[in-house]
Amino acid sequence: MGMTMTQKILAAHANLPEVKAGQLIEADLDLVLGNDITSPVAIHEIEKMKVDGVFHQDKIALVMDHFVPNKDIKSAEHVKEVRDFACKNCITNFYDVGEMGIEHALLPEKGLTVAGDVVIGADSHTCTYGALGAFSTGVGSTDMAAGMATGKAWFKVPSAIKFVLKGKPAPFISGKDIILHIIGLIGVDGALYQSMEFVGDGIGYLSMDDRFTIANMAIEAGGKNGIFPVDEKTKAYLKDHATREYKVYEADPDAEYTAEYEIDLSSLRPTVSFPHLPENTKTVDEIDEIRIDQVVIGSCTNGRLEDLKIAADILKGKKVAKGLRVIVIPATQQIYLDAMDAGYLRTFVEAGAIVSTPTCGPCLGGYMGILAHGERCVSTTNRNFVGRMGDVTSEIYLASPAVAAASALTGYITDPAKD
Amino acid sequence: MENAKGFVHKFGDNVDTDVIIPARYLNSSDPKELATHCMEDIDKDFVNKVKPGDIMVATKNFGCGSSREHAPIAIKASGVSCVIAETFARIFYRNAINIGLPIIECEEAAKEINAGDEVEVDFDSGKITDLTTNKTYQGQAFPEFMQRIIDCGGLVNYINEK
Repeated sequence: MGMTMTQKILAAHANLPEVKAGQLIEADLDLVLGNDITSPVAIHEIEKMKVDGVFHQDKIALVMDHFVPNKDIKSAEHVKEVRDFACKNCITNFYDVGEMGIEHALLPEKGLTVAGDVVIGADSHTCTYGALGAFSTGVGSTDMAAGMATGKAWFKVPSAIKFVLKGKPAPFISGKDIILHIIGLIGVDGALYQSMEFVGDGIGYLSMDDRFTIANMAIEAGGKNGIFPVDEKTKAYLKDHATREYKVYEADPDAEYTAEYEIDLSSLRPTVSFPHLPENTKTVDEIDEIRIDQVVIGSCTNGRLEDLKIAADILKGKKVAKGLRVIVIPATQQIYLDAMDAGYLRTFVEAGAIVSTPTCGPCLGGYMGILAHGERCVSTTNRNFVGRMGDVTSEIYLASPAVAAASALTGYITDPAKD
Repeated sequence: MENAKGFVHKFGDNVDTDVIIPARYLNSSDPKELATHCMEDIDKDFVNKVKPGDIMVATKNFGCGSSREHAPIAIKASGVSCVIAETFARIFYRNAINIGLPIIECEEAAKEINAGDEVEVDFDSGKITDLTTNKTYQGQAFPEFMQRIIDCGGLVNYINEK
């Protein structure tokens, strides 16, 4: 029996000729990632291990992005702890204020993750790098500690679901609409313990930013990873960014999948996830007038340059609705600069939005846009759980940058095509 | 591994890590402090009700969402001796094993056991007994590899002993 793309990458990293779904393996890691929330716990754990430092100074990335610039004294202490650890262990890829960005936008941009890699990260959205044709998955802090110490991690080889993306998406349909549609289709545990492998001619129409968004939210369907084949667009991206050699893996023609879904991209409509689960999806055509108090455009899901371009094109020369708070967060310093050069930041500020330094901030209710009792937010982030962005009675509506920007102008959830 | 025995706190589908331990408390990594906010956004009174040894029972996809290890740490530090669920989200599953919070999957038990029931779990056999209703269930015992990690008291000790 043939192997899926994920299984092939795992077999190669476990030095095995083949692996099967359900098999427990130990795989070599190309990169271990942590952030300012998960790394302190990992550092406490690695200090309990009988090891002499970390396995490789260049193969660990510590990105301070969730509560920085430090939102309070305790956060400052956490970051200080990670900074001291990075310094003591000569960690090459430590990113603090001034260099940092949201980790899953930053690592591909810096070329630290490439096709064919096995990456673990103590952040659930580590699955983002599947867009590059890598196996990457979220783990907890203890797994991160073990990864930093040994350069290895144990995995149960996943089975896979195949998603055949067909056709060309209509205007205003982006990666976000595609993945929200899929999560609505299969549910928040629809891919539990499994790989989500994306194939089909529709992928050729998707930008790398679209693919990052789709792979990023595989975890919202319970997936272990989401993965795309490597095509010319991937290779062009890697040529511009990669800092090391990459390897292309392909699924065997006779690979086994537990299920197969065909998604016609040309028929998709702008899609919104209603509170309080990403699977509660509706298209903009099914939505009554829902008044909102805040819009957030940013995060590891949708804070990349193309996302900001889509929003800026809609907001250019216009004003956001009176009484609405619109918060735009470029995901990295480079994206911030590129958006500045392209004039997007001026467009946002002139429209009455604010532009923040890169941070995860409001996505997880950290700071920089917390919601009060009963308030509603349209957000390009990835989770709309109870209390995720503030008070337990507040509501988050997940949407694409186009829907978020169109809604920013009207003050209610709006179809970007009707704006 | 010792049996778990205690009274049940019951939850539904898709209990996410944001309600287990809201991110506003993640500026701490101290288990005792995290425990004082455990389940706060789904059951504000949980921390006052929970007694050492108590058992959590939930249905599908327990622990979905973020990878924060603070979630199983908060549950363990609040005194909970075991979580029984129909299924667990995969990162939570790994984290629970790695930090030594006993968990067990059993669809029937997760559905049928009621809040307040007294329940005993035998981890070696995977047998779950509802002492209130006198009903027994067969849970999914851990694969041998994971059992070894648990027997060592978590991943750190497992690596140290290797």
